[in-house]
Amino acid sequence: MTMYSRALMGACAAAALATGASAETITVATVNNGDMIRMQGYTDDFTEKTGHEVEWVTLEENVLRQRVTTDISTKGGQFDIMTIGMYETPIWGANDWLVPLDDLSDDYDVDDILPAMRGGLSHDGTLYAAPFYGESSMIMYRTDLMEAAGLEMPDAPTWEFVRDAAIAMTDKDEEIYGICLRGKAGWGENMAFLTATSNAFGARWFDENWQAQFDSPEWKETLTFYLDLMEQAGPPGASGNGFNENLSLFQQGKCGMWIDATVAASFVTNPEESSVADEVGFALAPDTGLGKRGNWLWAWALAIPAGTQKEDAAKEFIEWATSKEYIELVAANEGWANVPPGARTSLYENPEYQEVPFAKMTLDSINSADPLNPTVEPVPYVGVQFVAIPEFAGIATEVGQEFSAALAGQQTADEALAKAQALTTDAMEAAGY
Amino acid sequence: MARAITPRRKALNTAIAWAIGLVIFFPILWVFVLSLKTEGSAILPPLDVLRAPWTFESYGLVQERSNYFRHFSNSVIIAVGSTFLGLLVAVPAAWAMAFVPSKRTKNILLWMLSTKMLPAVGVLYPIYLLFIRMGLLDSRLGLTIVLMLINLPIIVWMLYTYFREIPGEILEAARMDGASLREEVLYVLTPMAIPGMASTVLLNIILAWNEAFWTLNLTAAQAAPLTAFIASYSSPEGLFYAKLSAASVMAIAPILIMGWFSQKQLVRGLTFGAVK
Amino acid sequence: MATQHSRSAARLMMAPAVTLLLGWMLVPLTMTLYFSFKQYLPMRGGDLGWVGFDNYVRFVSSSAFWPSVQATLVLVGGVLVITVVLGVALALLLDQPMWGQGVVRVLVIAPFFVMPTVSALLWKNMFLDPVNGFFAHILKAVGLAPIEFLSQYSLVSIILIVSWQWLPFATLILLTATQSLDSEQLEAAEMDGARWPSRFIFIILPHLSRAITVVILIQTIFLLGIFAEIFVTTQGSFGTRTLTYLIFQRVLESQNVGLGSAGGVYAIILANIVAIFLMRVVGKNLDA
Repeated sequence: MTMYSRALMGACAAAALATGASAETITVATVNNGDMIRMQGYTDDFTEKTGHEVEWVTLEENVLRQRVTTDISTKGGQFDIMTIGMYETPIWGANDWLVPLDDLSDDYDVDDILPAMRGGLSHDGTLYAAPFYGESSMIMYRTDLMEAAGLEMPDAPTWEFVRDAAIAMTDKDEEIYGICLRGKAGWGENMAFLTATSNAFGARWFDENWQAQFDSPEWKETLTFYLDLMEQAGPPGASGNGFNENLSLFQQGKCGMWIDATVAASFVTNPEESSVADEVGFALAPDTGLGKRGNWLWAWALAIPAGTQKEDAAKEFIEWATSKEYIELVAANEGWANVPPGARTSLYENPEYQEVPFAKMTLDSINSADPLNPTVEPVPYVGVQFVAIPEFAGIATEVGQEFSAALAGQQTADEALAKAQALTTDAMEAAGY
Repeated sequence: MARAITPRRKALNTAIAWAIGLVIFFPILWVFVLSLKTEGSAILPPLDVLRAPWTFESYGLVQERSNYFRHFSNSVIIAVGSTFLGLLVAVPAAWAMAFVPSKRTKNILLWMLSTKMLPAVGVLYPIYLLFIRMGLLDSRLGLTIVLMLINLPIIVWMLYTYFREIPGEILEAARMDGASLREEVLYVLTPMAIPGMASTVLLNIILAWNEAFWTLNLTAAQAAPLTAFIASYSSPEGLFYAKLSAASVMAIAPILIMGWFSQKQLVRGLTFGAVK
Repeated sequence: MATQHSRSAARLMMAPAVTLLLGWMLVPLTMTLYFSFKQYLPMRGGDLGWVGFDNYVRFVSSSAFWPSVQATLVLVGGVLVITVVLGVALALLLDQPMWGQGVVRVLVIAPFFVMPTVSALLWKNMFLDPVNGFFAHILKAVGLAPIEFLSQYSLVSIILIVSWQWLPFATLILLTATQSLDSEQLEAAEMDGARWPSRFIFIILPHLSRAITVVILIQTIFLLGIFAEIFVTTQGSFGTRTLTYLIFQRVLESQNVGLGSAGGVYAIILANIVAIFLMRVVGKNLDA
């Protein structure tokens, strides 16, 4: 052994001591969204700071969900960190499947997390997952097309205005569709949008006694309005369009308006990806004058499954990935518009970030979502675009398939609602409500 | 049935066959074309796609993001391993069925095939729990065993049909000459069965390479083969045709090339006893 | 030649394969049966006790059950018809003398090497997508409206995708069988003035019947378990929810392992009904 390598080993040992633990390799399961892929690119920064290595398991959203749910409910222990959402976190936390994040370091400044996010990722006041980025929904629209139609978008439009504007902007011969909305079946796809929208129309999933409400006039109004609007001003194949498909349509300049996740704002205003980057405006999700806006609340968050052998390293990773420093790191390399949004108060207080065109609208949207009182009438559940019970994902996906079939013209709104009512009632009975 | 035919007829055959062949192959060719384009040009109308500049950019991006070599070597190890493990178990069984048939042979064969009908999704939880118990999750060994079991019925059946075509008299003769059972299998049977074995091996490597349920659900970071690699490129945010195409080409190219080089073996050997 | 000695040797040689497969069948089957009589909800604490036949009753009485059986049979039947008919045609064509025969064969069998996930992804995005797909571009170029394949013709589209994958397999087996066709017999029939249709029906088809049987049998086994193609394309929407997919929804999406396991038992029963039916109808050809 040479002097040099001995010295090197000594230095390594010192570095390991400095971090307070030996170097480990943690396995992180995550979704293949842009912000996560970017995070993957900065892994070296984490390894440099802590000495820990990271193995990435990056999967498409549906596969990821299937994978992590199987693993956590069987205590398979394949992952040290899982990327989950605001729907799973309180349910898994209640089952004691996640490590409580109540002892994060002072530097991390847990109080800086936006209250809406912190609330949604907690169970009984304990934080179980740290938000990597948070989102609400809002309207993204083409300022040029709006102007050409002779209209002006208010900051807080009504659904009526949105419908009229969508019809005015549509030019099917030029492949310009006034409005792009989610139609692809799935609880996190069309049902996220429709559940949130139904709140603006005064509808709800369940009444106080957990009775399904798809036979209510409010749901009928919601669904009929949506189907009519898409018929008149939507793109072809809308029943197969989810977030990604609509994003691609909007970037290609084929949508007049798009109501979807606030995180899309950085994609549609990025000139490298979007052909309409300079002509995008933002507004709050529409209402119908009943006092509720159809904007949701969601976060992609990092959680540690209970029983992992590498809890300390995993916590260090979470503190790194959701820290203020990580945001600054991304900002320094790729600009403020590309940092993970919607997680920290300090980000929105940063004067540089305030100059990003969608920053204020994102924060306003997040702040106006109210998971505890999502709709006009009282409900027994928590959640704006979902119902935080374990059965919801399964039920809503099946309901979403009925609504998607209605959008494809294979059945009427009434038929879809009747089926939704029947299958929801059946599934709730099976779950013992 | 090579018969003498007129050149005109031959030209017609050639034209029709090539046209059909190209139609069937076209989707793969097109994905290859898209993989050599930028994201922006991959969504253009076909003629514009062809006119757009060619680039290896997408391959670079995929390479940068994923550990392709690990996924690739996992796929190779699992596919080849499960096939040879399967042969080890199947050769004796098929030999016994072919040369010492009993009334139950046919029933055993059909029963073996019927084990393939167990719906995988229905038994995910049981198998997952078993794998946790045995510490086989995310291990190449665990996947190799599962894929071996899934394909074993096919291996047994294929080998059985090849062995059955070998005339019993040859074995009798060998036995008369004092060959032991081991020698009989090794020196008489094996050489005659090699073409059949080759196509069995090929078919099972293909089936194991392409299996996409267990390979995805029983792995995490260490043992994940190319099917998991693909799952990180399907429907991400923004434009993705070029990257998805590049990832697809990287996932299917090895097995496609192997298949091309061995197509004569496959064409000759894939009979399942269908040829008398 | 089967002496007592060789019989016991044979049994010994079959033992590993039989034992392994018995284990592979019995262990999951037993566990599936066990779960199917339980209220087993992983998200609500797991095992909530025995419930008798509740899961079985609930699974069949759900409005999704019969449509899913129908979708399964249409999918399997559709793919079988397409692959067998086109497979026979292709096998006969490829057996004719032509230039570049080897290359054409390679082109035709290529889809068999593409993994199901990839083939579903490439069809869904690069070809069937109503905005950026290849077919949409072609239709737009000739002034027609793009077709929304996966929502308007969902099951047909999936049948198309699966047939594309399995046509090479059918063609390969049928081609091998065609090559062993007795050309003298065909020529004799031709001399006797038998026209092509009657030569096809009376000589070629009977000769291929065993190969067709094998194709049907093996493909049915694989097709009953089709999953990736649906998961990637429609996720069970628009009438493409097969029995396998319904079980997936119950087990993984609704997190109701008991209910899903009951569905699994039904799927095994359906598979065996299909298998017995196949044996009766075509099994005579297969004196295995």
